[in-house]
Amino acid sequence: MCAIAGICNSSGAPVSVPVLKEMIAMLRHRGPDEWGIHTDVGIGLANARLSIIDLNRGHQPLCNEDGSVWITFNGEIFNYVELRKELISRGHIFSTRSDTEVILHLYEEKGENCFRDLNGQWGLAIWDVRERKLLLSRDRMGVRPVFYTRVGESLIFGSEVKALFTHPEVERELDLAGLDQIFTFWCTLSPRTVFKNIFELPPGHTLVFVRGNVEIHPYWHLSFNRPTEILADDAYIEQLAELLTDAVRIRLRSDVPVGAYLSGGLDSTVITALINQFSGKKLRSFSVAFTSEDHDERAYQQEAVRFLHTAHEQIECGYDDIAAAFPDVIWHTEKPVIRTAPAPLYLLSQQVRDAGYKVVLTGEGADEILGGYDIYKEAKIRRFLTAQKNSPRRAQLLRRLYPYQASLQKMPNAYLQRFFRATAEDLNDPFFSHRPRWELTSRLKIFFSDDVKSELAGHDAISELFGQLPIEYFSWDGFSQAQYLESKHLLPGYILSSQGDRVALAHAVEARHPFLDYRLVAFANALPPNIKMRVLNEKYILKRALGHLLPATILQRPKQPYRSPDGRSFFAGVGEDYANQVLAPERIAADGIFDPRAVSKLVEKFRAGEAIGVKDDMALIGILSTQLVLDQFISQFQRGGSLCNEHMQNYAVS
Amino acid sequence: MQRTHAELRRFITNNFLYGRDCGFRDDESFLEMGIIDSTGLLELINFLEKRYRIKVEDADLIPENLDSIDQLCRFVERKVENHSPATIAPVLQGQAM
Repeated sequence: MCAIAGICNSSGAPVSVPVLKEMIAMLRHRGPDEWGIHTDVGIGLANARLSIIDLNRGHQPLCNEDGSVWITFNGEIFNYVELRKELISRGHIFSTRSDTEVILHLYEEKGENCFRDLNGQWGLAIWDVRERKLLLSRDRMGVRPVFYTRVGESLIFGSEVKALFTHPEVERELDLAGLDQIFTFWCTLSPRTVFKNIFELPPGHTLVFVRGNVEIHPYWHLSFNRPTEILADDAYIEQLAELLTDAVRIRLRSDVPVGAYLSGGLDSTVITALINQFSGKKLRSFSVAFTSEDHDERAYQQEAVRFLHTAHEQIECGYDDIAAAFPDVIWHTEKPVIRTAPAPLYLLSQQVRDAGYKVVLTGEGADEILGGYDIYKEAKIRRFLTAQKNSPRRAQLLRRLYPYQASLQKMPNAYLQRFFRATAEDLNDPFFSHRPRWELTSRLKIFFSDDVKSELAGHDAISELFGQLPIEYFSWDGFSQAQYLESKHLLPGYILSSQGDRVALAHAVEARHPFLDYRLVAFANALPPNIKMRVLNEKYILKRALGHLLPATILQRPKQPYRSPDGRSFFAGVGEDYANQVLAPERIAADGIFDPRAVSKLVEKFRAGEAIGVKDDMALIGILSTQLVLDQFISQFQRGGSLCNEHMQNYAVS
Repeated sequence: MQRTHAELRRFITNNFLYGRDCGFRDDESFLEMGIIDSTGLLELINFLEKRYRIKVEDADLIPENLDSIDQLCRFVERKVENHSPATIAPVLQGQAM
């Protein structure tokens, strides 16, 4: 796992080595082990490496035998062993054992189509010397990031936005339409980001930059088309067990020890149990516990640890910990967030690193691909209730939806039914599942200043998303449509980014996600929905396939989404001072994004202890994080990362 | 009545619209406007019980009672009338608005 950065001048003008060095230096948290740059006519590639495979020889940037193809690579190719064998049998000669070199030879063989053969997680750049062509590629589900921008005749790219901003000619300005997307979907829709003229390569896409032109193509599609033939449950269950077991097996390929995140939920416990089947050694596992009882899952974590005999470490996270870490977290997420949930994961990766680990496997992705989220259940219940208007079970069903939400449990029946009401017409809405969530989040826009509101007049984030839907979306069932929306946008844009790559690699920890193995994703997307959610039993197929490896308490526990303490963290203890500064009316007015009086009312509500709603929490975290983005990336952005470290060597070949 | 009306409007505007009165009508539904969610309802009940010293019963918790400024006004008035004037009057008079 590493960071990449680079500059390509289509005019052939020389690339500034000091600028390139500064760009990669900004990303060395992702790759603290070594760094390297390669420059040639009109091209500069840089890499900061976290050494995991072929520690002594896998230096980067790397070239093929005759120096006609160069690569800088961030990620892992898990099927590199099989691909390497195949390439050797076709006459390719390897100088390292690394997965990076496999991509080079595969590119020689297949050109741009080579990415279809890779099973892994990556963000990479390939420079084809003969064709003077630059390719950027990103993995199918968006585990690893790639950002890029155009300045004149140059294309500038990197694993994180901060590397781009280090380039003196790249301008830093907030993109209000990107902000509007975050205040609707919790994430931006790639290629848009929250910064003007800074783009994110969408997952499963390749960018080609040649003769000054940028072209972007998908090499893979997220599809929910299903075969007409339906098999017996047992056939699907067996296939899932085989695929997931293999996905774990190849994700244990590493020359450094591999640990596991163990949250106490079904998914990470399944992954941990499967790792145990391959490893003879006692597995190290890591988790977050919360001082706040509402969020804490330590009892389940301990149950899993006892059952699976792992050597476990947990961090305990309180309000102060979240508040203290939050500005650093936003430096890494590089976008506003609506929840504090990335903060505990940022603290967790620090602990993993301190324990001497660089690689962990996680249960991320299961809820997206196997139908685990409450939003799928909510949509199913709303559909049922709309069709069965007089069902006596209405209120009872709705209360089963969110057993962990006290306010909802107390909600009177008449309100509950109004709250989740859907009309027959709503059933035809292509966003039936997600519209309530997006509308709730959009209410936070009441805090936008009048200027921002008028700039955004005529812009509608939901229409923008509608315009991006593939035609086949409209032929899928509602359950698949909901899964598509989660997997296509929230997964790469928030879960794998703000809660994933960014906060893990902030401390140079690489997370690997077996559930996001593309073979498994394609398999799961082609399944009939009722084997994913059987009535209201989520991830039914997973429980059937691998439940026997788990303690009964975890198999049978009610699902609890991962959440952490939100707004309250900033109104007592260490968070109070800087929250007061960042949210001060004069600061809010000067930045001009939010209405200072409305923000003051919200702050007053928190100070008085009267902010108890999810909307208040989301508003506060959204506003606070936006202000931190403005401070850290626009008004007070500081260049000047350093590569000076006696342990870091420049392995530049040129 | 007029004072209650103004108070309720101020509470809704400050608490749910953060002071940004969008010019909503007194008969406009809070649910339709999207300003009352599950916790919002609890905040509203809490305010009514404290401010007017009334007890909002489970049976009262229907949108027909609580879903607009006009409905809230009528509901509070009805509840207050059902209490003895001796209990209610000092409360209302004793609180500066």
